[in-house]
Amino acid sequence: MRIDDTDRRLLRQLLAAPEASTAQLAAAAGMTEATCWRRLERLRSNGILRGQHAVIDWRALGWAVEVSLRITLDKTNPRAFDEFTAAARQVPEVLEIQSFLGRVDIRLNVIARDMAHYQQVYRDRILTLPHIADLEALMHLSDIKHAESLPL
Amino acid sequence: MIALDATDRALLRALAQDATQSASALGRQFGLSQPATWRRLKRLRDDGAIARIQLDLDLAALGLGVTVFLGISLAAKGRVSLADFERAVSAVPEVQTVQHVLGLYDYRLRVVARDLPDFERVLRRRIMTLPGVGAVDANVLLSEERLPGPL
Repeated sequence: MRIDDTDRRLLRQLLAAPEASTAQLAAAAGMTEATCWRRLERLRSNGILRGQHAVIDWRALGWAVEVSLRITLDKTNPRAFDEFTAAARQVPEVLEIQSFLGRVDIRLNVIARDMAHYQQVYRDRILTLPHIADLEALMHLSDIKHAESLPL
Repeated sequence: MIALDATDRALLRALAQDATQSASALGRQFGLSQPATWRRLKRLRDDGAIARIQLDLDLAALGLGVTVFLGISLAAKGRVSLADFERAVSAVPEVQTVQHVLGLYDYRLRVVARDLPDFERVLRRRIMTLPGVGAVDANVLLSEERLPGPL
């Protein structure tokens, strides 16, 4: 599917206000409501607009600690990646698993209720994951910007 | 801290998967009336359990084929104000997320670009020129998955 400037304009408006009604979006993007609806449908049916999800504020729910664990795997074992990922999925405190090309192989986003709880999760659930060669932690202090914009 | 019961947790889990579901659809799924569901959803929002709603877009189809995570250390700590760096980095359109972190780096950025040459352009022209930037470490994202978390 070809994306034109009108689609981009619509997506920019949608990124800025994901919960706006079709009428509000149409007005903001300078098109009729019918065009707006048709364009949104086309973006959905072509798999470009896959959906929307709620981002949970874990801190507000009492999970005060968020840590980014950057992990290097023992790559001499060909099963290392799959086995590590499968085991990491079983840890409830893991929110995200990302794989990379670079100095880091895998990143886990881990939350805990407080530092004592983090230490417990780290020792009992993270360090016991298979094939870890090296691991470093970044403690999350604050979100300065989150994904509400794209260079469209 | 927000107190949640089992129904609140189930609603949050459902919305974290798909936030477009209506109160009546969610109510049917969890055996609640539409007004009762609506009241719970409103309370979850008002109490701040939901930080925001995020779009799931196929970035590759939109011509943004490369996502890179950058770890940035500020060079002259103390001399450059964190606020100046944060303001400048937040204004770069290719920078999707900025997190202030403690550890090997000071900031962690998520950057999107059309392809690797385009990423190099962003890195040289927009990132390396930010006030106070020191060492930069880059990792190209291959895959990512979101998990439901401890709800």
